[in-house]
Amino acid sequence: MAYLDHAATTPMLPEAIEVMTARFADVGNASSLHAAGRRARRTVEEAREDLADSLGARPSEVVFTSGGTEADNLAVKGLYWSRRDADPARTRVLASPVEHHAVLDAVDWLGEHEGANVEYLAVDGYGRVSPETLRAAIERNPDDVALATVMWANNEIGTILPVRELAEVAAEFGVPLHSDAVQAFGQTEVDFASSGLAAMAVTGHKIGGPYGVGALLLGREYTPVPVLHGGGQERHVRSGTLDVPAIAAFAVAGRLAAERRGEFARDIGALRDELIASVQKAVPDAILGGDPVDRLPANAHFSFPGCEGDSLLLLLDAQGIECSTGSACTAGVAQPSHVLLATGTDPELARGTLRFSLGHTSTEADVKAVASAIGPAVQRARNAGLS
Amino acid sequence: MTQTPQRPLRVLAAMSGGVDSAVAAARAAEAGHDVTGVHLALSANPRSFRTGARGCCTIEDSRDARRAADVIGIPFYVWDLAERFREDVVEDFIAEYEAGRTPNPCLRCNEKIKFAALLDKAIALGFDAVCTGHYATVVTGPDGTRELHRASDMAKDQSYVLGVLDERQLAHAMFPLGDTLTTKDEIRAEAERRDLAVAKKPDSHDICFIADGDTQGFLAARLGKAEGDIVDELGSKVGTHDGAHGFTIGQRKGLRIGHPAPDGKPRYVLDISPVDNTVTVGPAAALDVTALTAIKPRWCGGTAPSGPGDYTAQLRAHGDETPVTAELIDGTLRVDFAEPVRGVAPGQAIVLYDGTRVVGSATIATTVRRTGALTG
Repeated sequence: MAYLDHAATTPMLPEAIEVMTARFADVGNASSLHAAGRRARRTVEEAREDLADSLGARPSEVVFTSGGTEADNLAVKGLYWSRRDADPARTRVLASPVEHHAVLDAVDWLGEHEGANVEYLAVDGYGRVSPETLRAAIERNPDDVALATVMWANNEIGTILPVRELAEVAAEFGVPLHSDAVQAFGQTEVDFASSGLAAMAVTGHKIGGPYGVGALLLGREYTPVPVLHGGGQERHVRSGTLDVPAIAAFAVAGRLAAERRGEFARDIGALRDELIASVQKAVPDAILGGDPVDRLPANAHFSFPGCEGDSLLLLLDAQGIECSTGSACTAGVAQPSHVLLATGTDPELARGTLRFSLGHTSTEADVKAVASAIGPAVQRARNAGLS
Repeated sequence: MTQTPQRPLRVLAAMSGGVDSAVAAARAAEAGHDVTGVHLALSANPRSFRTGARGCCTIEDSRDARRAADVIGIPFYVWDLAERFREDVVEDFIAEYEAGRTPNPCLRCNEKIKFAALLDKAIALGFDAVCTGHYATVVTGPDGTRELHRASDMAKDQSYVLGVLDERQLAHAMFPLGDTLTTKDEIRAEAERRDLAVAKKPDSHDICFIADGDTQGFLAARLGKAEGDIVDELGSKVGTHDGAHGFTIGQRKGLRIGHPAPDGKPRYVLDISPVDNTVTVGPAAALDVTALTAIKPRWCGGTAPSGPGDYTAQLRAHGDETPVTAELIDGTLRVDFAEPVRGVAPGQAIVLYDGTRVVGSATIATTVRRTGALTG
């Protein structure tokens, strides 16, 4: 079995499992005032400090959520509403077209239901937004921009975007910039304080923590309008009883992700390079997606001309190689990836893509399995053609 | 109950999300084959999530198929064949109605999608066979060729809609439900026993791409409304209609002719003429057909029978058998009925049987009425 879909979700780290299971038996609502509540609260606050430290943020800037999707929704919708409330002229939302659907669909929803004027920023062939592009977009009318949102690293093609430079431009005009750092955390240096971002989304299950927990890193000067209303937890921007065991385990995984980042980039990056080389050797016309250099160390994305990604996935799955074709859609029907289309990839070519994403459990054997299977699989898939 | 086949095959099971295809896949897996489930997304709008009357291609059906595959313990994928389906089945369906004919989209789907687009892809990917939940039987004949036969249970037999399959397609077809005498209730009971949640799912019986069952509305939306005359056999105008494409030969309902016929008997659609947008109506007796010609013949045995032969014929999905003499003349099938039959429309498929064996099929082009009129 070669699990090469860590960007979808990666196995929990033993340290995180240990902490989480240990907490399951503890009673105590972190909002309760008695001793049990205080114990739960202490666990949460220690986790908050831990996670803040791992991400170069202050503890008060950590807002726990149910995951990356909720964090993105809170940032995009919440900041839009609060900025527009402060000044009704601010209805313009600037977004990269390569965002994850958690951002993309939230932005489009604002356009359809909240009168937002959505503007997609042009990207280059690697899916990168340049600071000049953002500057030009803001300069057209700096006063009507509610927010900008550009992901830190792309989940499909792995390109790392120049978030710090973009944040600098946004800051010049007083525009809050949100970034989805779900894939970047643990793979490239992610430091909230020095990034200049207003908000940043991370999630547990992509870094060896549990599912169902994430966080929005949120600058203290921002008060987004909540998406969830209720008991007023988490700075009154995210109500809901805190999931103490998950939060504790998330913080442990976050600390390890930050500590092991250099080692991960070196070792997993080397495995990934080997995987890219062996795929290109077996299939000389395979096209590497994303920036060849400035990319996530665990990501390898290919387009195989004349193949259906679905066919390749089935053939590799049958041999115990688990990877992804790109973004799956509602009924499981694969649509050409919006990321590839945004980077100017031919729609026909965009149908034949595979993403291999490595992680902390990846081995040499995984790469070898792909190396020996990919050539025959591509040949077979080409025979099956594009239906 | 587990039996090991002589040679385990790599089988691709088409799973619609209904009970039949789920049980078929389960039986194939139980027989020892290496089965992979696939749900065909055929709708251009897969977001639809219908309840009640079911067709196929909804998100719910896709989920039901996935759950069945989970329970059976086989891999499962969704393949998008919507574009092929639109071109080969839906557009063909519309064009046929537009031309005044009456198509059967299920046959067309089996011919062009399930046992062509899907089968070809399956073979290319290394599968040996495509398995469906159709009630029909494939056996290897005395000379080694594959033969398609009616299902053991005549009441459930679906060999008619498979009559378009040729020898090569049959060689790669697997119908696990057709071999045993099983009623639908027994299939449901079997699904229940296998913990398949689709056991209680209602049957689909409408045309899958016409979700609400309103074929007239579907055609009107695509072909528009064009008012024309309804005339009797003598050409006298007896009413008007909103478009000739909305009618089927033999249709009685929905003619909206205000006054009764001179003989007081009900009137039926006898002929549809798209050229002058006219629908001809007349008495039931005028529907009697004594012979027909049919085009695009397909032979299940691979080769056409030589000379005239005696067969039985089936003219619609759940129609009765009727004795005929058939002969292939210059690529066109000429069929003479022993007794006149009614409700025969150009565009429909005629499937010829020799006993339980399907001989072949063709698309009805013209019919000869007992009255001597030639239509089509």
